[in-house]
Amino acid sequence: MIRIEYYLVISTLMFFIGIFGFITRKNMIAILISLELVLNAVEINFAVFNRYLYPDRMEGMFFTLFGIAITAAETAVALAIIIGAYRRIGNIDVNNLAKMKG
Amino acid sequence: MSPLINLVIFICLGVAMLVLSVMAIATKSLLRSATYLLLILLCTAGFYLFLNYHFLAAVQVSVYAGGVVILFVFAIFLTTKKDESMVRHDVLRYAYGAAGILSGIALTAFIVLKREYLYSDNRSMLGDAEIPMQQIGEALMGTGKYQYLLPFEVLSVLLLACIIGGLIIAKKR
Repeated sequence: MIRIEYYLVISTLMFFIGIFGFITRKNMIAILISLELVLNAVEINFAVFNRYLYPDRMEGMFFTLFGIAITAAETAVALAIIIGAYRRIGNIDVNNLAKMKG
Repeated sequence: MSPLINLVIFICLGVAMLVLSVMAIATKSLLRSATYLLLILLCTAGFYLFLNYHFLAAVQVSVYAGGVVILFVFAIFLTTKKDESMVRHDVLRYAYGAAGILSGIALTAFIVLKREYLYSDNRSMLGDAEIPMQQIGEALMGTGKYQYLLPFEVLSVLLLACIIGGLIIAKKR
């Protein structure tokens, strides 16, 4: 039988791997990919808690559903910003983005 | 399926997911990173299938694997030069990051593993607990308690705002 802790341990490790990538990468797209890992881990948690602790309800599932949609929207805007920054500056490393005026 | 086979498949998925996560943040090539992300998202869809959230698995595959990863691939093609080498932060930052996430993992693992979760025999293990599509649709389209028409509409406005904002940010001047 798959216990709830197995899911939680896997999503915890994935969450912190994502945070490590978020801290240590310089490329903005790589940072965004790390962010996707973090959000994915959180969404697994919502679904798992819903299924195991409240199997008759659907709130966790809907939270995951809306979370997926919001993540997609956020990614689209972030990538638009990254492409805009690339047009202005010529590369997308975070330390070159110190000046963001106008 | 027998519980043992379920467990074996689950462990394979989980281990693949963790290994791919590490590879996704450690690899030099961004395109590889996006490919690993795609595989991670598909493994996550497998988790949702294990939990008997079939609709969620379909959404995960179509929105994430179909939409977000394609967006990533296009953005990588648009912003990466051919022979670009990866620029790294200095070592101290890696040390701080490692210390931070290790303490975070220790704290979270302590909380997760110390707690006794009260779930009696779970229906999702028997494979008969799939939520019918009609129930999902009614909850998504109703205005009563535990129904989600308002968030649904707000989300569609958000998506519209995203489309307009993305166009304005990315347009040529």
